[in-house]
Amino acid sequence: MAQPQNAIRLERVTKTFGEVVANKDVSLNVRRGEILALLGENGSGKTTLMNMIAGIYYPDGGQIYVDDQPVDIRSPRDALGLGIGMIHQHFKLVDVFTATENIALSMDKGEKFDLRKVHDKARAICEKYQFALDLDQKVYEMSVSQKQTLEIVKVLYRGADILILDEPTAVLTPQETERLFAVIRNMKADGKAVIIITHKLHEVLSISDRVAILRKGEYVGDIATKNATESILTEMMVGEKVVLNIDRPVPENPVRRLAIRNLTVVGPEGNHVLDNADFDVFGGEILGIAGISGNGQKELLEAIAGLQTAAPGAKIEFFPPDSDTPVELVGKSPKAIREAGIHLSFVPEDRLGMGLVGSMGMTDNMMLKSYGKGVSPIVDRKAPHDLAEEIREELGVVTPSLNTPVSRLSGGNVQKVLVGRELAADPIVLMTAYAVRGLDINTSYTIYRLLNEQKKKGVAVIYVGEDLDVLLELCDRILILCGGRVNGILDGRSATKEEVGLRMTNLVKEAGV
Amino acid sequence: MSSTQTVREPLVRIVKREGATLPKKILVRAVAILLALVVDAMFIYFVTGLNPLAVYGVMWGGTFANPTRFSWMLRDLVTLLCVGIGLAPAFKMRFWNCGGEGQILIGGLATALVMVYLGSSLPAPLLFLCMAGASLAAGALWGVIPAWFKSRWNTNETLFTLMMNYVATSIVACMTNIMRGSASSLGTLNKATKAGWFPVFMGQRYNINIIVVVVLTFAMYAYLKYSKQGYEISVVGESENTARYAGINVRRVMVRTMLISGAICGLCGFLIVAGRDQTISTTSAGGRGFTAIIVAWLAKFNTFTMALIAFLLVFLERGASEIASAYSLNQYAADIITGVILFFILGSEFFINYRVVPRGMHKEER
Repeated sequence: MAQPQNAIRLERVTKTFGEVVANKDVSLNVRRGEILALLGENGSGKTTLMNMIAGIYYPDGGQIYVDDQPVDIRSPRDALGLGIGMIHQHFKLVDVFTATENIALSMDKGEKFDLRKVHDKARAICEKYQFALDLDQKVYEMSVSQKQTLEIVKVLYRGADILILDEPTAVLTPQETERLFAVIRNMKADGKAVIIITHKLHEVLSISDRVAILRKGEYVGDIATKNATESILTEMMVGEKVVLNIDRPVPENPVRRLAIRNLTVVGPEGNHVLDNADFDVFGGEILGIAGISGNGQKELLEAIAGLQTAAPGAKIEFFPPDSDTPVELVGKSPKAIREAGIHLSFVPEDRLGMGLVGSMGMTDNMMLKSYGKGVSPIVDRKAPHDLAEEIREELGVVTPSLNTPVSRLSGGNVQKVLVGRELAADPIVLMTAYAVRGLDINTSYTIYRLLNEQKKKGVAVIYVGEDLDVLLELCDRILILCGGRVNGILDGRSATKEEVGLRMTNLVKEAGV
Repeated sequence: MSSTQTVREPLVRIVKREGATLPKKILVRAVAILLALVVDAMFIYFVTGLNPLAVYGVMWGGTFANPTRFSWMLRDLVTLLCVGIGLAPAFKMRFWNCGGEGQILIGGLATALVMVYLGSSLPAPLLFLCMAGASLAAGALWGVIPAWFKSRWNTNETLFTLMMNYVATSIVACMTNIMRGSASSLGTLNKATKAGWFPVFMGQRYNINIIVVVVLTFAMYAYLKYSKQGYEISVVGESENTARYAGINVRRVMVRTMLISGAICGLCGFLIVAGRDQTISTTSAGGRGFTAIIVAWLAKFNTFTMALIAFLLVFLERGASEIASAYSLNQYAADIITGVILFFILGSEFFINYRVVPRGMHKEER
């Protein structure tokens, strides 16, 4: 039988959720031996489209073809039966099982349970595509990248020859991303069709053969990667020209705002999640914090914000703009810090689980930190309402009403609400954790612009990021965390990506910073 | 199965419906009630052989036959609603207060003790004040104990509050034994003096109960919606992390809210003992501590919706017992009839939030 040209083809596929049209008449195809990058802003319907191929949603209209045969995919099981495997952003693995046992979980009912055989077959897959995976390792001992590898091996084991990867590089270091791409190229060489969703344009350019672009749920078109550039792709995605340069003004007479000394945070398992951190933060500059996620970034910011208990001996001194005596922050609750008149704004990583109340509207979220003002037992919703209205207009938050629960808004809009509130509090120190994670280009650039504005106002900005290109373009200094330790502070203007990447994974032997 | 598979759409698909309009919501519910009555009619006709319309008439009569019946319905309604109001702040905070039963009992017991031991020595206004105060304090104590343990050692509040129910029941059993002395049962308290009995007010025996609960309904609505403490309860209920981030003292909010929750349940015990039964027993709460959980949840903690749901439950309960006695039917048959109605009404919520699209019905253009 001749190899059919199209591995998968969509014809006028439509999906609506209530009033919202997630995908409208999308037609798209992927050939065997091809890597297709699917590009689009947040809310453009990429994940919905892929979920229809993977059997999680059922299309309202249109037809899906596999090998040019019309098919009906009602469940992930159907999808796998057709050779379609999707790697989701959130892994679906059993922590206490080994890699082999996790693979065995997906066996068909009729199959004989034989771990030895599963192990051998998985071994063969790993060798064929050069996956670095220890099949006897328990999942809870694995790094994020290893878990992802396991997920890929799992779908390959089940015979998938059409692979969909939903933002696979979001959680990886540059080195790990390179390794993943090598494996994807091996799969391509083996004749598999690969669809990859990512926000990072340079990755799109380096891995894909062709780029398909969605805008507001509709298919805009495709372009061969060899003819594409970052600005062409952005223009197709956004519908207009966007300037892709992050501004980095030179800091004007930076003043010391925070002095952090011997800051150690002990985790629930008794280990030092943050180990003896020692550094200063200056007003008027952006201090970037790089590191693989889970290396102490969260604890560092939360300790400064008064949400984590610092081990004895730690000092976090705040230098107020209007006085010479520093204020000790260790031991102060968020409320105590606020009541001491210290404007500390914090955009936490977990937006809906910490920064905002998902079930409340914009108005009620505006007063999260300020509702207690005044002696009246009744909350005043007038000022928060005005603030919400202002943020909605200035940052272009798309919401049906100020009382619509923020959890119903798209990721970018949620972040605008949170950042807007934190900036409105007139910060002296502004901490942000993964401020642009999951956001599209437009929103990301809005955030960079807002951070730069704060910097020019003399605010001390701490920016915890994961995209090294952005860190290197935006930040004045970059502090690298590795295993909870400060592994060097580099000048953002002279540091290289390789150097930062290396320090993220290997502790450099140097005493003091 | 891959390439030979024929394309077949699923028979029905379930689609989320955004923002159904009010007339539509009313229509869905009306259809649900109508369907329930039809299904019930078939059950009544084929299983019991009675005339469905006559049965419905009797059921209706359980509440509306005469003013006395109606006032009994109101009495039961406000008792249930009062517990629901008590539980609402706790559940809104996602604190699973399953101890309403015990909080009512202990509040009722405190009331009864004051009636018995101070009834003859205090003037009426002071006596009522003492009874109310004792019931509030006892209920609050019963609510605070599990909250305090949870805030200190993160104990499981569901188990803790449930166990507190048994403790309260045993204490009530013990105290009634002491109070009855050599009599065979406790009987009506202060039968001769009527000290501590709610007086007939505006011609109605239960008016004081009703007024107290109506005031509570408004007060709790305003507390949850407009007060700073109510805002804190919502934030803690949604996410403790967010609450800590906002600088809210989670432990304090937890203890304070359970104090209020327990106190109102305790006050319900006061209303039961002083305004309704004039006695106390281990069954005084009558399962309302649990039924009220349904009332509070279904109403999403809106106290006015809670009143409607409490009405529905009480109406059905009274109707069921009326049918059972009028036709000397088995109580189970009556329960089936009311159960069907409840099932349809609750089931209609699904059709308010979702749409069912049958095969071949999808519209290309909306």
